[in-house]
Amino acid sequence: MDSVGEDCNELKQQYDACFNSWFSERFLKGQTDDSACVPIFRVYQECVKRAIRDKKINLREIDPIFETNSDEDNANSSDGQQQQKGKS
Amino acid sequence: MVVAASTCRTETVFDYSWKNVVVAYWNRYPNPSSAHVLTEDTIQREVRDGKLFSRRLLSKTNPVPKWGARFYNNLPVKIVEDSVLDPVKKTFTTFTRNLGMTKIMAIDEIVVYSEQKDGSTLAVRRAYISSQVFGFSRAIRAFGIERFKSNGNKASSGFNHVLRRMFPHSLVGGGHHQPAVTSSTSAAELPVATTTAVVTSPGNHNNTGSLKSAAKVGYEFFKCHASKIAQLFSVKN
Repeated sequence: MDSVGEDCNELKQQYDACFNSWFSERFLKGQTDDSACVPIFRVYQECVKRAIRDKKINLREIDPIFETNSDEDNANSSDGQQQQKGKS
Repeated sequence: MVVAASTCRTETVFDYSWKNVVVAYWNRYPNPSSAHVLTEDTIQREVRDGKLFSRRLLSKTNPVPKWGARFYNNLPVKIVEDSVLDPVKKTFTTFTRNLGMTKIMAIDEIVVYSEQKDGSTLAVRRAYISSQVFGFSRAIRAFGIERFKSNGNKASSGFNHVLRRMFPHSLVGGGHHQPAVTSSTSAAELPVATTTAVVTSPGNHNNTGSLKSAAKVGYEFFKCHASKIAQLFSVKN
């Protein structure tokens, strides 16, 4: 799959390959050290962040990365959702 | 201004282990059902408390019905997908929403993939659709739910293709078992949403056919109604 930045495709593929092997060979086997792909991720991010800027994609309306709630069903009931909607 | 949210819930069972499902998840594009997905990028990723947090940016085209074309330009839609993967509890939660045009229709989707007792993986998909266009939220919500339904099925069949390719041997029946939509409920007051909740299930009961045709009639009526509202509304443009 292509990257949003046409010139980032190669970096993206390298990162994805690194991530996929780390994910199945290490992370799912209980190793949480994620330093293996950090260098390639950094280079890829520089490229993709530039593309996002150039394409004027506004990520500001997105809140910080979400946390899972241990009580999924309560959090996602329609009542909870209505409240969320009310805020925005 | 009207703000309304609808929820819609669908369950899908993948005949693959949770591990296979999450490994395939990161590789699910491209697949034969994903021609509408244009780009996919990871823009944030970290391991925190033993869980993997990821944020991805996707762009998709989303063909709109004729009556909707007045309100949408069909530029690629940007989508942000946050996910949390807990390798110990074996749960994977994705939270997806569209960027921009949220005043017309915001779609938030939450999917939880979890391991079942028989070793297969259950995906519970919930969609929250809201719209702020005055006097028009119902019609747009109907459209949103319709889109969600067909896209959901598309997503499952495309994902199953990737799973079959990556893991030729599924848990049940040699890997050609279609996912069964086991249940579907909706909190929306729309007849469309509730009646189409009768999804084909392997064991066809006698009344399924009549319910289905009733749903179809109700749905056609509503669609017709919606396009009339749309035409009225378009005078303003």
